[in-house]
Amino acid sequence: MNSSVNNRHKAQERVRDGLKVRYRAERRFQFYGKLAIGLGLLFLSMLFFSILSKGLPAFQQTYMELEVTFERQYVDPKGDGSEESLAAGDYGGLVKQTLRNRFSDVKNRREKRALYSIVSTGAAFQLRDMVMSNPELVGNTVRVWVPADDELDMLLKGHTTELERHAGSGIASLVSGDGEIKLLSTSNDFTNILQDLKRMLAKSARQSERKLKRLRDNLADAEKSLLQLEEGILKAQSKQPQNAARIRVLEEKLADAKVSIDSYKEKAAQEEMIFSDLQQRADTPGGVERLNSEMPSYLVFVNGGLVKLTSVSNTQATGRALTQLESMHEAQAGEWEILEFETPQTARRLKDNALAWAWDLKQKGQIEKRFNTTFFTAGDSREPELAGIWGAAVGSLYTLVVTLLLSFPIGVAAAVYLEEYAPKNRWTDLIEVNINNLAAVPSIVFGLLGLAVFINFFGLPRSAPLVGGLVLTLMTLPTIIIASRAALKSVPPSIREAALGVGASRIQMMTHHVLPLALPGMLTGTIIGMAQALGETAPLLMIGMVAFIVDIPGGFTDPAAVLPVQIYLWADSPERAFVERTSAAIMVLLSFLIMMNILAVFLRKKFERRW
Amino acid sequence: MFNSFSQAQSTMVNEAVEAPVEVKRHASIHREQTDTVGEITVANPRMTCRNVDVFYSGSQAIYNVSLDIGKNEVVSMIGPSGCGKSTFLRCLNRMNDTIDGCMVTGAIKIDGQDIYKKSMDVVPLRAQVGMVFQKPNPFPKSLYENVAYGPRIHGIADNKEHLDHIVETSLKRAGLWEEAKDRMDQPGTGLSGGQQQRLCIARAIAVEPEVILMDEPCSALDPIATARIEELIDELRENYTIAIVTHSMQQAARVSQRTAYFHLGKLIEVGETEQIFSQPKHKLTEDYITGRFG
Repeated sequence: MNSSVNNRHKAQERVRDGLKVRYRAERRFQFYGKLAIGLGLLFLSMLFFSILSKGLPAFQQTYMELEVTFERQYVDPKGDGSEESLAAGDYGGLVKQTLRNRFSDVKNRREKRALYSIVSTGAAFQLRDMVMSNPELVGNTVRVWVPADDELDMLLKGHTTELERHAGSGIASLVSGDGEIKLLSTSNDFTNILQDLKRMLAKSARQSERKLKRLRDNLADAEKSLLQLEEGILKAQSKQPQNAARIRVLEEKLADAKVSIDSYKEKAAQEEMIFSDLQQRADTPGGVERLNSEMPSYLVFVNGGLVKLTSVSNTQATGRALTQLESMHEAQAGEWEILEFETPQTARRLKDNALAWAWDLKQKGQIEKRFNTTFFTAGDSREPELAGIWGAAVGSLYTLVVTLLLSFPIGVAAAVYLEEYAPKNRWTDLIEVNINNLAAVPSIVFGLLGLAVFINFFGLPRSAPLVGGLVLTLMTLPTIIIASRAALKSVPPSIREAALGVGASRIQMMTHHVLPLALPGMLTGTIIGMAQALGETAPLLMIGMVAFIVDIPGGFTDPAAVLPVQIYLWADSPERAFVERTSAAIMVLLSFLIMMNILAVFLRKKFERRW
Repeated sequence: MFNSFSQAQSTMVNEAVEAPVEVKRHASIHREQTDTVGEITVANPRMTCRNVDVFYSGSQAIYNVSLDIGKNEVVSMIGPSGCGKSTFLRCLNRMNDTIDGCMVTGAIKIDGQDIYKKSMDVVPLRAQVGMVFQKPNPFPKSLYENVAYGPRIHGIADNKEHLDHIVETSLKRAGLWEEAKDRMDQPGTGLSGGQQQRLCIARAIAVEPEVILMDEPCSALDPIATARIEELIDELRENYTIAIVTHSMQQAARVSQRTAYFHLGKLIEVGETEQIFSQPKHKLTEDYITGRFG
């Protein structure tokens, strides 16, 4: 009796002791769960932040205003004003002429070429379309907004270089001569630039110093080996005078060593001069220093024009006018400013002159960002500013229509047969296992199958939504069949019995009761399968939907791209502007996917029944 | 002494009735000879079952059961869990066909027609022999649609008015009309458990069956709803033949005229309900009724 009481006490004690461990295990488990969810959300938000921050600017595009005079010599080469003649006009030339008029001080060939490239090649087509639809424009002058080139677009969106503006604190007087402009400030306005320059000089001096040291080390090594060679020759001459061949080889080596010592010496002397010059320039404050293209570009905005600085001292700077100055009057403090473009000219595609033109256009309100309708209405293009996703969206739509029309009926029919009619034997087991395995087959394999069967055997056209849809049907069928079977299984047997019990035949039971109840589940599965198909890239690569297609597809057999492939193609393009378009296209694709998933959730919620 | 006399009599009658019946024999499994205590036949049977065996994927669930179900009577089937009473009931309208690997041998006839013969179509059979299940299982459709479904698929109604009439009379007979008439468009699944079960009965009688099979119709219901259903069963007896499986002996005693006691797949004893509950002849029946097991 007593011992049983003791035992009970002991057991309860053990339970109490164990409690702490159990609760700790539970808390730890909860913590792991929260950690996992937190990590998941963190990465998701990082993904969304990255896509949004990169992609949102793509919904805006830079346009510039041109004052176009539709001169007959360009737009109407035959001079008869006929449609044919207007269509054959040299609109590219017209755009170039307009740009030359706008920036009349651009003279040399290279600069002109740079000037022409700030406008999109689409501008010519835009002007052509304007003239074609309204021939009365010929001979008139109109202000037209045309898309700017993608590089200019990137500049305005701040991707090309960072701009720092320093207002002038002294009174600037200008002197011109020899095609150069000299700026004299009453204050130390250029000290900052000079200090930057000195820092760069000091850096180069350190580099030069290291190089000098290396050269001297090499020299010492060479001298050491020279001594050894001389010693070797002496030894060889005394011990084995008959071995003339060996002595000759050693002597040749000795001559080589002497040459290399000379060259090292020469190089070291040169480097020493460079070093001491750099060191001296870096150490002494003041003085005049030349700017180079490895450094940030400094442009001075004064009297409505831009001067690119080529050399500076504390209060003085010399430079070259990039855009015309209105006058050479003195500029008061605050009325002029230094623009510092931090990326060196050699590291960017837009050179200083283009920057100056863009600045000039901006000052005059002739350049602005607008909503990028082209992105939503155009097909693909080599020019980022003319590229859009509409072609890919239509291609995706056609592909998905084919996929849906094929996979839903086939999938549902297969599921109904397997679930309701097929006898349970080894063959149906085999079929079931294979369907489940098909869901796990890498999608590119379906692409190879499509290539071999649909294109090579049946001879269907390449790059066509029809073939894409067929391939994606193969890929989504297992998903739909599995989801449909699950939906059929989830219909309670009591409903089937009820229907059979009042004398419904099997097909009546299916069509009147089971299918309507299973349909939401089947639709959910189908929508998820469609979303999967919408996001699929690999199998479509195999059937040629990766081609560069500019036209909007007009049917199921036209060549087309789809959204994910479009993203893949743009992500592969070198232009900076395609980076943001890639992200924007991802946003469009994701929003379609989210919409489809919301629809699936909505269907499930709406038709969900409880028994 | 009385016992043996009754047995002898039953065998005699059996032979007389059975002569034209072809009995299918299952070759591989040995048939155990069982003798049911009590009178298995009635004067005017609606359904006759002779030497029924049921196998589920080879294992035998029902052994050599012979039983008549008379016109306008309520036969209750009682017995411990797993005794095969539900299986036997489901044989009567071939609901067992839906179960894979289920095989039925012997003869089951309705009005002299063998329901397991090849030419028998289950669709009209189930219209003839309706069924009410253990768990109320209305369709997730409106009340009206629930009741109208049977007549509609069988094409019983001539027109919309006729169908309305059938729905109304069925609901009235099932005692649900007063509660249902104002909410005919609402889903049947929204009713209470007892109302749902009455709806299922209305659905079953809407196709004018001759026999109604009830598989523990009150097991999911509270006592008040159960009393309501029992009352209903008593009223329905006037027009229908009813076979009811129940776990409640009180229920069997209240609603049925004859009671059959099943034990381990065998029909142990059949008789007038009053007699079964007051003077059971077989030891197993007595043990069950007195609550020694069950």
